[in-house]
Amino acid sequence: MNVQEKIRNQVTENTIVLYMKGTPQSPQCGFSGATVQLLNSCGVQNFTAVDVLADPEIRDGIKTYSNWPTVPQLYVKGELVGGADIVRDMHQQGDLQKLLDSARG
Amino acid sequence: MLTANELKDYIMHGLPCDHVEVLGDDGQHFEALIVSPQFTGKNMVQQHQLVYLALGDRMRSEIHALAMRTFTPDAWAQSAIK
Repeated sequence: MNVQEKIRNQVTENTIVLYMKGTPQSPQCGFSGATVQLLNSCGVQNFTAVDVLADPEIRDGIKTYSNWPTVPQLYVKGELVGGADIVRDMHQQGDLQKLLDSARG
Repeated sequence: MLTANELKDYIMHGLPCDHVEVLGDDGQHFEALIVSPQFTGKNMVQQHQLVYLALGDRMRSEIHALAMRTFTPDAWAQSAIK
């Protein structure tokens, strides 16, 4: 299984997936940590976190998977929601909560 | 070192734009404001993906960070940022 297939499996088999630097408990990047906080503030504690620093193949492959060059990347039901700034904007407008609620419903 | 003007040219060559502004003078971190008819009907992720597509490998090799604000021509016409 190549890395693109591996990523495809991760984002389709799990409802909410966050590719991040570090772990939710110990983020290694301010943008990754902020995105975890936003998920938590929407009542989402149980999501799949993938630490790209722990897997160089994923770290590289995630950039081409969605033609999105930066980490963090949030996926809901297999779709790229966005990086840190888009997720923050969606949270401010209430759209993140709606999206997460409908995904878990 | 990559300049803001060069980055502006890259974007405009890869994507039909009505208006592009790029700021940033350290060669790696840039802020861009982009107005393109190609953005019409697309969400924010899809709009940013179009810009990343236009930049291609440069986004992975030369550019460390690009903060973007993207507008359709209609949204830009109603925007108060101008």
